[in-house]
Amino acid sequence: MSETSTASARPRQDLTNRAPAAARPEAAIALEGLHKRFGSDAVALDGVDLTIREGEFFTLLGPSGCGKTTLLRILAGLESPDAGRLTLGGRDITQVPAHQRSVNTVFQSYALFPHLSVRDNLAFGLRMQGVSKPERESRVAEIARFIQLGGLIERRVDQLSGGQRQRIALARALVCEPDVLLLDEPLSALDAGLRGQLQVELKRVQARLGMTFLFVTHDQQEAMVMSDRIAVLDGGSIQQVGSPKEIYERPANAFVARFMGHDNLFPILARDGVRLNTGLGALTVEPPEAELSETSDEDSLLLIRPETVDLRPLDQAGANCLPARVTDCLYRGSHAEYRLAVGDAELQAMINNRGRQLPSVGDRVCVSVAAEDLVTLADEGGT
Amino acid sequence: MSGPGVLAAPGGRRALGETRHLLLTVAPGVLWLLIFLVLPGIYLMGVAFMTNGPYGQPQMPLTLDAFERLAGYGILGWSPANLYTLLRSLAQTLIATLLVVAISYPLAYHISTAKARWRPVMLLALVVPSWTNQVIRTFGWMNLLAPGTPLAGLAESLNLIPSNMGLYPSNIAVTLGLVYNFLPFMVLPLYAAFEKLDISQVEAAQDLYASPLRTFRHAVFPQTLPGLLAGVVLVAIPAFGMYVVSELLGGGKHMLLGNLVARQFGGGANWPLGAAGAILMLLATFAGLYVMRRLGRRLGGGDEVVI
Repeated sequence: MSETSTASARPRQDLTNRAPAAARPEAAIALEGLHKRFGSDAVALDGVDLTIREGEFFTLLGPSGCGKTTLLRILAGLESPDAGRLTLGGRDITQVPAHQRSVNTVFQSYALFPHLSVRDNLAFGLRMQGVSKPERESRVAEIARFIQLGGLIERRVDQLSGGQRQRIALARALVCEPDVLLLDEPLSALDAGLRGQLQVELKRVQARLGMTFLFVTHDQQEAMVMSDRIAVLDGGSIQQVGSPKEIYERPANAFVARFMGHDNLFPILARDGVRLNTGLGALTVEPPEAELSETSDEDSLLLIRPETVDLRPLDQAGANCLPARVTDCLYRGSHAEYRLAVGDAELQAMINNRGRQLPSVGDRVCVSVAAEDLVTLADEGGT
Repeated sequence: MSGPGVLAAPGGRRALGETRHLLLTVAPGVLWLLIFLVLPGIYLMGVAFMTNGPYGQPQMPLTLDAFERLAGYGILGWSPANLYTLLRSLAQTLIATLLVVAISYPLAYHISTAKARWRPVMLLALVVPSWTNQVIRTFGWMNLLAPGTPLAGLAESLNLIPSNMGLYPSNIAVTLGLVYNFLPFMVLPLYAAFEKLDISQVEAAQDLYASPLRTFRHAVFPQTLPGLLAGVVLVAIPAFGMYVVSELLGGGKHMLLGNLVARQFGGGANWPLGAAGAILMLLATFAGLYVMRRLGRRLGGGDEVVI
């Protein structure tokens, strides 16, 4: 069938034969100035602007209470924003009720209907849309094949394990072929092994369908593994939007950096162009030009990612080298984690085990970092 | 009359000690039922097949007279009065139960979504009236519905009733009385069902294109069905055997099966006929419970609903 997919009133097409993501660059979802508060003082969303592109795997990442689930529920139509506008494929859907939105959700608790069979659960959305019985059956069979449900379809909901329920919930939403699929921490209730397996499966499904996925999680590893782009939220506002690489390597502020697991943050005491005076000592940075011109005045913290640190003997000191003493070393096989005293500050380093001699506790070493690996960032949004 | 009883089927083999333990714990209940339900039931059964004596007392020989009388055959030929009473009882029970359900659903939902500190107050307001005597409350309704009262006046001005007639005694007054008396017995189990309602199922239905009405049908109704069925049992069975409300608000003209039975043991003095009426009531109740059980199974997907 043809690939004339548009957001509204699109013709029925083969589920697995949709246009690839790159061919449809238009915005799937646009949020403008979304505000939402619960009660009198609990601000859930504080002016969120966000554009999600057609066919991308987009993740809302943040700690609990950051507003990510509220944002998802507003998109689903289960909450309404106090202010702001919401468009889906160019159409304003701010006032459209949930059951008229071409958006489907995979709920955290799966929310399968226990009084219906798995088959009836899968067909539910189609039935409510008035799809004829023969077409319902063929589409349910198609999705069951696609998600590889096998014999699960004949079971009752209470006979399913957590992972199986998760896949049924996914299939139940996918079979409706929504413009956007919303996933509310769908993997959080599963054990680690199954979780990793389903991460891969979800990513595969999304890539094959070319469907826009909006995924919510508090797990930064999960977000990085799966996403095309990530929005980090805190306190109801977006802290940074970017690819996993950008978010991880160039966090916009201290909150994003800490949330992505970075601990090596040091105050910048004085700054002269690319030369910084930090709590560790004097260092030279090499930020991208745009970053230098825009934010250098506001940036007050320096981030040194542990894996960019190199430890050298003292006599091999060069540029961006700081004398340090090893205070702690955890040997982990593939790599070793170090704690180093640099002046009064403590620095963490992760050294890959390439078979060479690793420094041991008490050794005096030189901490070397490349100028291009150093990131300066704003302190705002942090704790 | 019997309330909802859980019929647990003991399955599999049990150790001897466990069996003895079970017998010991069940014995008091079984004894109670035996003395106050089974034995009187058997006695009643016997009375129903006896002859009505000159002073209303049951005596030999065994006949089917009572059942023939109940079916309407008397000395003067067939009369439909008893049949009407039975049909009226069934209709009143059905209408009152439907009305109670229609009122209770929004009410229970409203209470369950109210602020936590208001919920006990609302439930209390619902239950407090039933702490007074049913007769007194029904007298209250007589005063409310009597000729010349605002309610009766309103009904008159809408040409619903002839002038100066009042709303009572009438079938409507009986229905009102039944609804009023049994409302809490429906609201409370429904409220309990709404309390533990899994809201994510409701949201899932909305998310999957179900309109508000269909969301109720597919996500709310199945979840609250156990509460609904429990409520129906608690309302319909006592309503079917109702005596006080129909006696007072029906003014003796709109009597129900309960009044018919009561009369045979009182002024009417025909114990065998009364016993036959009671047995009919019992059979109708069992039939109703059986239908409910089947209905619950079919709608509820198999288990959970136990009556």
